[in-house]
Amino acid sequence: MHAAPSATRPRSRQRPGDVLFSGAALAAGILILVALAAVTIFLVAQALPAFTANPADVSKDGRGFWSFVIPLVFGTIWAAALALLIALPLSIGIALFISHYAPRRVAVTLGYIVDLLAAVPSVVFGLWGITVLAPAMQPVYVWLVDNLGWIPLFAGPVSGTGRTVLTVAIVLAVMILPIITALSREVFLQTPRLHEEAALALGATRWEMIRMAVLPFGRPGLISATMLGLGRALGETMAVAMVLSPSVIISFALLTSQNPTTIAANIALNFPEASGIGVNVLIATGLVLFLITLLVNSLARFIINRRKEFSGAN
Amino acid sequence: MALVMSAPSAVRKLSRATIWAVLALSVLLSVGFFSLLALSGASKDFNIVGAILVAVILYIVVTFGMSRFVEGRRKATDRLATALVTSAFIVALLPLVSLVYTAVGNGINRFDGDFFNSSMRNVVGAGGGGLHAIVGTLEVTAAATVISVPIGIMTAVYLVEYGKGRLSRAITVLVDVMTGIPSIVAGLFAFALFALFFGPGIRFGIGGAVALSVLMIPVVVRSTEEMLKIVPNELREASLALGVPKWLTVVKVVIPTAIGGIITGVMIAISRIIGETAPLLIICGMSTSMNYDLFSGRMATLPVFVYTQYSNQGTDAQAYLDRAWTGALVLILIVMVLNILARVLSKILAPKGSR
Repeated sequence: MHAAPSATRPRSRQRPGDVLFSGAALAAGILILVALAAVTIFLVAQALPAFTANPADVSKDGRGFWSFVIPLVFGTIWAAALALLIALPLSIGIALFISHYAPRRVAVTLGYIVDLLAAVPSVVFGLWGITVLAPAMQPVYVWLVDNLGWIPLFAGPVSGTGRTVLTVAIVLAVMILPIITALSREVFLQTPRLHEEAALALGATRWEMIRMAVLPFGRPGLISATMLGLGRALGETMAVAMVLSPSVIISFALLTSQNPTTIAANIALNFPEASGIGVNVLIATGLVLFLITLLVNSLARFIINRRKEFSGAN
Repeated sequence: MALVMSAPSAVRKLSRATIWAVLALSVLLSVGFFSLLALSGASKDFNIVGAILVAVILYIVVTFGMSRFVEGRRKATDRLATALVTSAFIVALLPLVSLVYTAVGNGINRFDGDFFNSSMRNVVGAGGGGLHAIVGTLEVTAAATVISVPIGIMTAVYLVEYGKGRLSRAITVLVDVMTGIPSIVAGLFAFALFALFFGPGIRFGIGGAVALSVLMIPVVVRSTEEMLKIVPNELREASLALGVPKWLTVVKVVIPTAIGGIITGVMIAISRIIGETAPLLIICGMSTSMNYDLFSGRMATLPVFVYTQYSNQGTDAQAYLDRAWTGALVLILIVMVLNILARVLSKILAPKGSR
C-alpha cells in the first residue's frame, strides 16, 4: 500500500503524499462500512424470496419458512448453551490456574498450550469428535440412560453411535474454551495487586482472596468473555455438521439418535445440493443466524465498553 | 473473632509430603483398578482417560476429607479449590493430547510422497492424494491475504493516526461486528454477491478468498491497531518536528516500529482462516482435479478435502479415512508452523531498546 504514493515529493508544500495517504486510509475505513452493508444487503436480497414464496415450496411440511427455521434456532441455541455450560466452569478454572496458581515461569507456556487448542481447525475437531469422542462417550451414555433415564434430559432410547447433541456440546465446549480462557485470564491478571494483598494480609486463604478480590473485580469481563464464547459456539459449523446425525426437531433429550440440528450445520449439509428456492431458504436461515450472533456479540461489547479497562478483549 | 479463637487448631497442618503421598496413592489405586479391568477383559484395553479422571476425583475427595478433619473448614475449602482449578487445566489438556495423538497416529499412514504428489483425479479407493487441495488452500489463502492485509492495515492506520469523531467510532463498532460474523455467513455473503453477477451455480476460488477476507480483515485491523497504539507518541512528534510529512512519518517511523507486531498479527490471522471449512464448502465447492485458476471452476481446499473424504467414503472406506486424517495432520502442521513462525518473527522484529 505504501508503495503507491512514493513518487510524490515529500518536500513539496502541498504534500500530495499526505492527501493520497490519508485518502487511502480513509478509503480502507469506509470500505469496512461498505463491506458490512454489502453483507447485509446481499443476504437480505437473496433471502427475501424465502419469505414471500409459496409456503409449500419452502419446507417439506408446507407450513412455511418460520416453522422450518424455529427448530433450527432452537437447536443452535440449545447446543451452544450446553457447550457454554461445560466450557464456562472449566475455562474459569484454567484461567485462575494460569493467573493465580501456576508458577510465574510456566504460566506463559501453559497459556500458549491452551491457545494451541484455538489454532486447531474446526474440521479437525469434527473429525476427532466423530472418530474418537463419540465412540468413547457411547458407553457412558448407555450408563446414563440406564441409571438416570428418569431425568428427561437423559431419556432413552440411547444412541448407538454416540453421535448425540451432548457429544456436539463437548466438542463445541473444547473449541470455545480457549477464547473464554484467554479473555478471563486477561481480566483476572488485571485485578489490582493491592486488593489481593489486602485480602491475604487479613488472613484470607488463597481461595478466599480469589472469591473476595479477583472474581468480583472480573465479573463484567467474565460475562463478556462468556458472551463472545457463546457467539462463537452459535456460528460453529463443521463440528456440528460432522458429528450430528441431523433431524429437524425440538427435543431436550441429550442422548438419543434424534437430535435437533443447528442453522449453520444445516446450511453446510444442504447447501451443496440445494437449488432454486432452497438456496434462498438456506440464505434466509443464515440471515437469522447472523442476527442472533449479532445480538449476542453486541451485548458482550456493550458490557465490555461499560468497563473500559477490559480492553484485553480480542 | 472467630479467626482468633480457632487459631490454635489451625496451626495443625498437612505436610507437603502427605499431600504428595495422597496423590501418588490415588494414581496408583486408579491405575491398578483400570489395569485389573483391562486384564480381566471387562474393558477392551487400558482406559487412560478413565484412570486419570478417577485418580483426580479420588485425590480431591481424600485431601478434602483429611484437610477438613485436620486443618478445618477454611483450609479444606482452599485445598479443594486448588485441586479443582488444577484439575480443570488437566481436563482441558485431555482433548488436546487426544486430538494430536489421533491426528498423528492416523495421519501418518498416508503422510507419504504420494499424498503430496497427486490429486484425487480418477482415484477410487486407495491411493491418490491431496496436492490439488493443498494448492487450492495456498492459493485461496494467499488471495485472501492479499485482499485483507492492505485494507486491514490501512483501516488501522486510519483509526489510529487520522480517525476521529463519528466515522472512526462507527468503524470501530463495525469491526467488532465483523469479528462476530459466523464463518458460514461469510460464505453465504460471498455466494450471494457472486450469484448476483454469475448466476446461482457459481463456484470458484476467488469467492472463497472474498469470504475469508470478511473473516480476516477484522482480525488484522484489531491486531494492527493494538500495535500502532503502543508506538510512543514521542517518535511521531520527533519526526513531525523535523518537518517530515505526516504520511512519511507513518510509513517510515510508525509502521517500522510496529512491524513485528503487525506481521505477527497477520500470521495469526492467516492461521485462523486457513482452517476455515464452511465458507469454502459453499463458494469454492469441491473438485478432485488440479485447478490453478482462482477465477474459474471449482477449487479443492484442504479443509473441504478433509470433510469430503470423511463424508463421502467410497469403497475401501479406510483409504478415505486415512486421507482425511492425513489432510487434517497437514492442516494442523501448517497452522502450527504459522503460529511458531509468528512468535519467532515477533521476537526478532521487536523494536530494539536503547542501544
